[in-house]
Amino acid sequence: MAQTTALYARHVALGARMVDFAGYMLPVQYLSGPVAEHHAVRSAVGLFDIDHMGQAAVSGPGALSYLQHLLTADIAALAEGQATYAFMCNPSGGTVDDVFIYRLPGRYMLALNAANLAKDLAWMREAVGGCQVTVEDISPGTYMLALQGPAAQAILQPLTNADLAGIKRHCAIEADLAGTRTLIGRTGYTGEDGYELYLPAVAAETVWDALLDAGTPQGLLPAGLAARDSLRFEACLPLYGQELDEDISPLAAGLGWAVKFDKGAFIGREALLAEQRAGSPTKLAGLRLTGRGVPRHGYPVLADGEVVGHVTSGMYAPTLDGFYALAYLPADKTEPGTPLAIEIRGKLVEAQVVNRPFYSRKRGVYA
Amino acid sequence: MAIRFDQKCLYTKSHEWIRVDDEFGYIGVSDYAQSQLSDVVYVEVPEVGDSFSQGEVFGVIESVKAASELNLPVAGEVVEVNLDLEDTPELVNKDPYGDGWLVKIAIEDLGELDFLMDAKAYEALIKRAQKQA
Repeated sequence: MAQTTALYARHVALGARMVDFAGYMLPVQYLSGPVAEHHAVRSAVGLFDIDHMGQAAVSGPGALSYLQHLLTADIAALAEGQATYAFMCNPSGGTVDDVFIYRLPGRYMLALNAANLAKDLAWMREAVGGCQVTVEDISPGTYMLALQGPAAQAILQPLTNADLAGIKRHCAIEADLAGTRTLIGRTGYTGEDGYELYLPAVAAETVWDALLDAGTPQGLLPAGLAARDSLRFEACLPLYGQELDEDISPLAAGLGWAVKFDKGAFIGREALLAEQRAGSPTKLAGLRLTGRGVPRHGYPVLADGEVVGHVTSGMYAPTLDGFYALAYLPADKTEPGTPLAIEIRGKLVEAQVVNRPFYSRKRGVYA
Repeated sequence: MAIRFDQKCLYTKSHEWIRVDDEFGYIGVSDYAQSQLSDVVYVEVPEVGDSFSQGEVFGVIESVKAASELNLPVAGEVVEVNLDLEDTPELVNKDPYGDGWLVKIAIEDLGELDFLMDAKAYEALIKRAQKQA
């Protein structure tokens, strides 16, 4: 049986449709529907229950050297209160998980994908070796909410003593929020400005209610997994299991900026370095359908009548009001403008390679 | 939100409706179907002139999360398709019994209508389904 989160009753009362996601019953959508929830995040704000996300605390005198070995990012470059995106790679350069790591006073915290939590913890403990380090699963006591959208700061500021404008992108501080000690990080998975909140699980209802009350007059909608997926998709943020897995390297995914070769040894470095030198044989490409139809995960992608790849994620993109897909393709088929086709229920629908991301907050809609 | 039932329509178990006008019939999906599908983003309809038998798949309706097949309530030839759905598929959500219609067919055998449910019987079916959920 899937676990219910502390907010289960809140979601049901709001008319949510609940689904089992990675072992948690979570709202896939509320009454307003996934498209309205998506637009609310782009134009105002959306509130997400993301308690399924896992968290691990890493501490001890060997924490820094351990994390430098475990992750692809340069952890030594993180000042206290800074966070960065990183990968745990295997020795072949495949991705064990994509994570966010925060340097906090006296410890580090990793945000992990729900579906990978058990695997990640085993991987992290295996990697400890002789390091003087403690790896602790703090997921059960940690609740995670996301407040995302251009109005997020205006809604959150009256509820906290933190100076939110002073928190730069990918930074975090601990502060009181609606009477609850909360780690407020200026991070997210939607392509918008916003915050991810880490709070004690016992305070989940209090903080959720305070955010909903404060935000509703400013256009806040509670938003479900469907909107979370379409938002991250437009911003071309990878979803583990679709754009990333143990056989896919961060380089092939176009995420080489989070792999720092010059920081020294780390798991997967040799394989990734070889891949960087030789060039990834297949690369992630963004496709826009010029014909009509909805591309979905697993659909074949064709060039000149030959199957050259499969859709990893594909859907209707509400902000762009069009149909888009991501797919791994031979490197020579990933140039923007390359004509391709996607097979949708036996029919070939025309598509072409476009720039990623499809949507950028700073540059607007441009794919 | 309460589910609406158009009294002038006949319904299938797979939640399509047909509204008969002489030997022609307008076809769409029920308010219950659109509420279950949630936001409709694309409707694939056949071409004018295509013929289908009773219950045959004549199109596909795509919501944000899934693709669902559409079954023709009675056999017939497509004489018109709702072109407005190309740019505004959300009409299926907003007005499932009106502007969100899908196709108009020339009914082959009016006798096949006897196999369909009237609004009262369909409403009873939905109420039972909701009670079990």
